[in-house]
Amino acid sequence: MTPGGYAGKWLDVDLSKEEIEEFSFPDETLEQYFGGRGVATKILWDRVGRRWSDLDALAPENPLIFATGPMTCYYPGARICVSGKSPVSNGVVGSTAATEFAVDIRTAGYDGVVFTGKAEKPVYLLVTDEGAELVDASHLWGLNGEKTLIKLNKEVRETLKKRKPDVGLWKEPGTMYIGPAGENMVRHAAVMAKICHAAGYGGYGSVMGSKNLKAVVAKGRGRLPAVNAPESVYLLWRKAHRDCMTNTTFRRWGTGHLGYGCGADTSSEPVRNWQEEWHDEKTMGVPHYMDRYWVKVKWSDFNCTTNCMKVSCIKAGRWKGDITDVPDYELQAYCGTNLGIFDPGDNIHISTLMDKLGHSGINCPNTMGYAAELYQRGILTENDIGFKLEWGDTEAFDRLAHMMAYREGIGDVLAEGTYRAALKIAHMKGLKPDELLKYAVHVKGIEIGAHGTRSDKDYTQDMCYAASVQGGDHTSTVTDGYSDMSGAVFQDSAVFCMFTASPSQELIFDFAKAVTGFPITVDSWRRVNGPRIVTLQKALLLMGGPDVTWEPVKDDDNPPRFYEPLPTGPYKGMVTDRERVDIRTQAYFETLGWDERGIPKKETLDRLGLSDVDPLMEKFRQ
Amino acid sequence: MVKPLWIARDPSACSGCRRCELACSMHHEGWMWPEASRIRVFMPFPGLEVPHLCSQCQDYPCVEACPVEALSTDPDYGAVIVDREKCTSCGACIRACPGTVPYLHPGDDKATICDLCGGEPECVEVCTEAGYNALTIVNEGPSVHRKLYSRNPVDTARDLAVNMFGEKGEEVIE
Ligand code: SF4
Ligand code: SF4
Repeated sequence: MTPGGYAGKWLDVDLSKEEIEEFSFPDETLEQYFGGRGVATKILWDRVGRRWSDLDALAPENPLIFATGPMTCYYPGARICVSGKSPVSNGVVGSTAATEFAVDIRTAGYDGVVFTGKAEKPVYLLVTDEGAELVDASHLWGLNGEKTLIKLNKEVRETLKKRKPDVGLWKEPGTMYIGPAGENMVRHAAVMAKICHAAGYGGYGSVMGSKNLKAVVAKGRGRLPAVNAPESVYLLWRKAHRDCMTNTTFRRWGTGHLGYGCGADTSSEPVRNWQEEWHDEKTMGVPHYMDRYWVKVKWSDFNCTTNCMKVSCIKAGRWKGDITDVPDYELQAYCGTNLGIFDPGDNIHISTLMDKLGHSGINCPNTMGYAAELYQRGILTENDIGFKLEWGDTEAFDRLAHMMAYREGIGDVLAEGTYRAALKIAHMKGLKPDELLKYAVHVKGIEIGAHGTRSDKDYTQDMCYAASVQGGDHTSTVTDGYSDMSGAVFQDSAVFCMFTASPSQELIFDFAKAVTGFPITVDSWRRVNGPRIVTLQKALLLMGGPDVTWEPVKDDDNPPRFYEPLPTGPYKGMVTDRERVDIRTQAYFETLGWDERGIPKKETLDRLGLSDVDPLMEKFRQ
Repeated sequence: MVKPLWIARDPSACSGCRRCELACSMHHEGWMWPEASRIRVFMPFPGLEVPHLCSQCQDYPCVEACPVEALSTDPDYGAVIVDREKCTSCGACIRACPGTVPYLHPGDDKATICDLCGGEPECVEVCTEAGYNALTIVNEGPSVHRKLYSRNPVDTARDLAVNMFGEKGEEVIE
């Protein structure tokens, strides 16, 4: 019996040769890796494998993957997972974004797309029920995100109408695209969708740029793939939505109340490049956003009733015409407090700018905050930057974001991301790397999400980034048990949104079973499937390269700043406890069957069916 | 005698969740099939979600236009009923509709139009359940000038854009 929930076909696009083929996975692979992050990691292992350390993530050979999962479109909150070798961590990041592209690619008959090679000139991929083709995108290259989407909506609607004029009105296609940051290979650039949705972590926007791939576009008219037990799926679908609808906080505010709360209540919000994590700036309160800027307070993605999105628009003043979402907490923090900006309008402006330029709204402003701290400390000067870079100066950060996107002046250095920029600036200034790395807030090159660990009052704890195969990614933090295996790792592989996930694991796994027909349980995911995916990610992360590799133990750690006592607020003096980080990191490694330095053990690899990985781990073992 | 039952639509309240599409296709197609839903939600620009469905014009231009009498109206609720056997997929109803609402089904190529689910529309149920109320049942009679609601969704979105985004709204749809 073919497993349910899969369209059953993938697209394999060689951009250099302009060839497009179809392929499928054996049922066994799907049962083991499911979809999304899991299948992407498997593809990377199969296609790159032992050549991993030599593969430059921005070289044509890097496979760029867009992967749905079997639960995509059925379980509330449709998303897609973007992956490949990450130019930021040199490992694998499963970076998900909400987009109707996920729906259209599946209704066109495909579970995902793998791109290799590099197009001679800019192109986009267009997928319809009739198949896939590459379309010239020279006229779109250079356009910002918003304009790209406006043009594509019109152009593709017209193309489809011309091809089939008699079927009635054509809807706009599902689209993911890059802005100038991706085009110019800003290392941590995002893959964008719906003007303000992003697959932000991992830097896959720059991978698209390196391939001359401006966008992926799909319009499918088919039915969603058949599932194993339709009656159960329908009932579980109704149930899962009832859980979404009880999430009243998210329905009302999304995460938009946390821009104040994570500062004032939990002291876990980056303020001025994490020099503080507390603030009591009431201007950041959610009513200031809601009353003045929100033009739609219940905004959903496909098949979602959590509707954490709210449409923001600035209708008067100097940033008139800016449109984005909430901003959600991450961008309130990173495009706001982290830059010393506490005005909602200015915060919306920087957020909109991230969207338009195709920067990741977490990672780019982490780097900008880093630059501003170096300026504060006199390490970077007005002469280096070209202007004063003071905290809270929205216009200065606006300029810097442009310079990064277009790689001008110091922007060219900062476009390498916080970690690599730190090394470059150290070199420039003749300083020791450590003197500059001590202000860099990243793990494995991935700038840390806006949830600190020092106060220990947020969901993030001591080793949650330090031990993670996705480094600073706040959507994939780890604990010392197995629970993240059935949390982030599962959601990113089944591919649905973390904010629609039911509090009932039983419901989620019943759903998974009813869709696929696989004998899947929470327990099997925690013990076998999840660890298999993460262990393979870990192996590839260890191999890293070619420009940067991460050392076991030394780099399985928090940024130095997390060990400086909080200077202000109710949790003043608190600090992440190094001993606890070590103990719990060890416990995490042990749970997964990795040795005390985090290297997967031979017996673990054998047990997980990854024996062929073992020879490559030999050199990391002491 | 046509009973006054009509689905009032408020695109500014639409979240874009598309549960109406999923519920409609479950009911009519037996499985989730967004493009075979009798209500389709267009999004010419993010934030501008426009539910697009038949508005039961008082004079039914589609029924008039059909050369083979495949279309008729349901005597209870005034929905347009398609006789799929008779339909020749000529597209006359699509061209006659002021809002280009009917479409040819992606499966069998037959004209596809909302039938009001026999008086209890599934789309309204799920939309109401989630508290969006972008679709609500109203009992007003012909005074609502239903035909005026049969509009191209991109045109509706252009208006909505200015309503929501002010001047900037003029730029977001080409
Ligand atoms: S169910 Fe209601 S809110 Fe959701 S897409 Fe349909 S009309 Fe819009
Ligand atoms: S809206 Fe279109 S389909 Fe509906 S009655 Fe009017 S002409 Fe016919």
